[in-house]
Amino acid sequence: MFADFPILSITIWLPIVGGLWVIVAGSRVHDAAVRNNALLIAVAAFLLSLLLWYGFDNSTAEMQYVQRMPWIAAFGIEYSIGIDGIALPLILLTTFTTVLVILAGWVVIKDRLSMYMGAFLILEGFMIGVFCALDAILFYVFWEAMLVPMFLIIGIWGGPERVYATIKFFLYTFMGSVFMLVALLYIYLEGGSFAIATMHDVAFTLVEQQWIFIAFLLAFAVKIPMWPVHTWLPDAHVEAPTGGSVILAAVMLKMGGYGFLRFSLPIVPDGSASLDWLMIALSLIAIVYIGFVALVQQDMKKLIAYSSISHMGFVTLGFFVVFQVASATNDWQQSAMGIEGGMIQMISHGFISAALFLCVGVMYDRIHSRQIKDYGGVVNTMPIFAAYMMLFAMANSGLPGTSGFVGEFLVILTAFKANVWYAILAGMTLILGAAYTLWMYKRVIYGAVANTAVANLTDIDAREKFIMASLAVVVLFFGILPAPLFDMMGASVDQLVVQISQSKLP
Amino acid sequence: MDEIFTVLPEVTLTGFACLVLLIDVFRGTRSAAVTFWAAVISVLVVLVEIALWFPEHTMSVFSGTFRLDVMSAVLKAFLMVIVLFAFFYAREYFSRRERPMTEFYILGLFATIGMMVLISAHSLLTVYLGLELMSLSLYAMVAMDRDSIPASEAAMKYFVLGALASGMLLYGMSMLYGVAETLDLGILSERTVANEDRLMFTFGLVFVLIGIAFKLGVAPFHMWVPDVYQGAPTPVTLFIGSATKLAAFAMAIRLLADGLGGLADDWQLMLILLAVTSIGLGNIVAIVQTNLKRMLAYSTIAHMGFLLLGILAANSLGYAASMFYVIVYALMSMGAFGCIIVLATAANESDQLQDFAGLARRSPWLAFLMMVLMFSLAGVPPFAGFWAKWFVLKEVISAGFAWLAAVAVFFSIIGAYYYLRVVKLMYFDEPDAEVDAIHATEDVRLIFSVNGITILLLGLLPGTLMSVCIAAMLAY
Repeated sequence: MFADFPILSITIWLPIVGGLWVIVAGSRVHDAAVRNNALLIAVAAFLLSLLLWYGFDNSTAEMQYVQRMPWIAAFGIEYSIGIDGIALPLILLTTFTTVLVILAGWVVIKDRLSMYMGAFLILEGFMIGVFCALDAILFYVFWEAMLVPMFLIIGIWGGPERVYATIKFFLYTFMGSVFMLVALLYIYLEGGSFAIATMHDVAFTLVEQQWIFIAFLLAFAVKIPMWPVHTWLPDAHVEAPTGGSVILAAVMLKMGGYGFLRFSLPIVPDGSASLDWLMIALSLIAIVYIGFVALVQQDMKKLIAYSSISHMGFVTLGFFVVFQVASATNDWQQSAMGIEGGMIQMISHGFISAALFLCVGVMYDRIHSRQIKDYGGVVNTMPIFAAYMMLFAMANSGLPGTSGFVGEFLVILTAFKANVWYAILAGMTLILGAAYTLWMYKRVIYGAVANTAVANLTDIDAREKFIMASLAVVVLFFGILPAPLFDMMGASVDQLVVQISQSKLP
Repeated sequence: MDEIFTVLPEVTLTGFACLVLLIDVFRGTRSAAVTFWAAVISVLVVLVEIALWFPEHTMSVFSGTFRLDVMSAVLKAFLMVIVLFAFFYAREYFSRRERPMTEFYILGLFATIGMMVLISAHSLLTVYLGLELMSLSLYAMVAMDRDSIPASEAAMKYFVLGALASGMLLYGMSMLYGVAETLDLGILSERTVANEDRLMFTFGLVFVLIGIAFKLGVAPFHMWVPDVYQGAPTPVTLFIGSATKLAAFAMAIRLLADGLGGLADDWQLMLILLAVTSIGLGNIVAIVQTNLKRMLAYSTIAHMGFLLLGILAANSLGYAASMFYVIVYALMSMGAFGCIIVLATAANESDQLQDFAGLARRSPWLAFLMMVLMFSLAGVPPFAGFWAKWFVLKEVISAGFAWLAAVAVFFSIIGAYYYLRVVKLMYFDEPDAEVDAIHATEDVRLIFSVNGITILLLGLLPGTLMSVCIAAMLAY
């Protein structure tokens, strides 16, 4: 269906054009109109992405809604977009969180409101573009263009150290990506095309593959982020406005994971296989060490930021343990589970981390502090809020019945097949995650009312209830019934595993 | 008859330049507007002529010393556009200071003739002729504001070092003439291949390359760049920073690719050295600058290093990449200096970085355009500067220098920092309390807007210009 209608292009460009329009019109219309327009565009983009899901064929790994146009004819660069089961859930995640982000900035943002709303909408368009691009250069353009609005969002509406944080964020990610560009150009010279699908078929020697893998790793490891290139994330998260943190945690980190699946694994499978020990080691360090680091944080946003890095360690573990699983079990289908687990973990973490950052945002809007010590006994004044936050904290700890459990369980299960020690170390997170999340929750929410500021708190209003409730529904839904996600990505992941399993050595 | 049409733009512009000079002499400074419009019209007429007599194939005239090919026509067309913009920016700057300085337009026109000759030169003699006509006009332009001590100092430095570089170039040329016994670049190229004795050729090449490196302003021959950029009146800096780069690029192509193509193995290594030094030094030293003109001067050094990357690939796609780079760079650099002119007031040059603090509050539109230019200079997509870097990197890698591409991108990460700092000042900081209002006229705002939007559009649709550059370099 929609065979001739460029619905995917509209989903990308509607927020970008709409965002520009919001900014340009912003100087003439009242703030209320700016908010309404921005929400309208975000909701429209979300509905469009639901339409994409509705028309999506789960049974095939082929790209769907494909649209191709020549862009730079001299080098065969195309504006070619399309989605498969790996991209679709991430697009849904993007459009869904953008709606929440627009709502979250509803009353809090007073300075340059139209720019704020516009920047998030433009960012949304670029992020969808990253997930849709079928041409490596188009992908790169979206990937880098994303930095510009995010740089401004953190820098203009962020906290006291915002300038340091945003420049660090920009330079770190820029550093990773430029080496990816060099790798992409190198692949082009061998393969003669910038189409990602063609790149999947180019043969390389092992040494070449390892170099390309490392170049990709620089880009994706910074983005996801992996230990030891994670240090920009806590700074960026702490200083960013709530909306910025939400987008950063929910969507931007997932681009690193998406990059591994779309580029590293299928283009250089032998390079990935030969360096998988490195990836597994870094993932386990992230899971365990960063888990401990999260435990001692005094700042709630920083704690969630470290928790994100730790959870992303699960994603990379799930993706890169596949080679050892395959060699241990002689069955590539077993390793598909690791990739599926990583994917589910990405989606689920998108919702949960967004929810937790929004929870911190709710409190920050009232008391203007992110320090745990400034709180205590919040449940007495904000009971409804406390209940929601309890759910999200539990989900972050991986409680069965929430979406957080599914991904972690699958990854640990897969890790068992490779090596018991991987599973044991990864399983540590169930203890550590529960420890740092629930301990924070206990200190902030329970106990006696800590001070007058807490005593004067008012519970969440209808707007905030709506944000919390919608996230709670999603977290519970995918926790109880993750089948729609598996159905969506199943065929594509199987196809990916087939690609990974074939050596490209000449 | 053909001969006349081939050189028609140069002949017309020379006639016009003399006419404008006479008008200015007799009308004096009473009516700067007449001089200005006469200069603008002459540039427009030449632009139309270039378009009308666009060469379908390469045409050589005057015994092969002057050559009109696709590359020269394209470069001249862009040169005219840039000169036109430069004149509008300059009018704004001078009228706000209530000093007409009509010499700017006259000297500018003569420098432009020099650049056009340089672009079309196909003999060592014409190269030198064009180069000197351009350089001498530029020295005078830098010194134009005679009451300004930094400007005089800059002009002196520019002149002395420029004369030295010209001397080096001439020495190299005489060397080449001595072994090849020809001034014609085509024949020179044949003789470099045929001749067994490469030593003298290489010797001449080194000196010629020094001359080129000086004119491009690449390290270690960059010493004049920061002082001249900072000391010269901003419109002159704009002119030097944009228009002359096109001519210097053409000179490099004519001499290296055309004349000394047979020695590519030799100059490739030399260019690698120059490029790496430039990209490294320019990007690192720019970080500590507090004056925007000086910062952009160091950024130029780095950008010219990138330009060399394309040339050192030594094939037609590499040259095309460099040509694309130089055109895009000229437009970006013009915009950045243009923004300084737009913000300048009679009392304040507004060339300090601090003058840009809080620009987003004072004028969101100007800040947006400047942000586009800064991200573009840093090489962030979707702006034109990204494609320029992309194209050059692609050709460097395909020439087998993947490591060189990695070094170049590494330094461009460092370079991104100082461009970001300008964006940070404009968007994240508050304006100074007693800052003057922006007085820019509608004209210059329009010119600056067209300038910035061009960079954005070239970033979204770079394909056409790339194809033009590839077509222009097909002959090599």
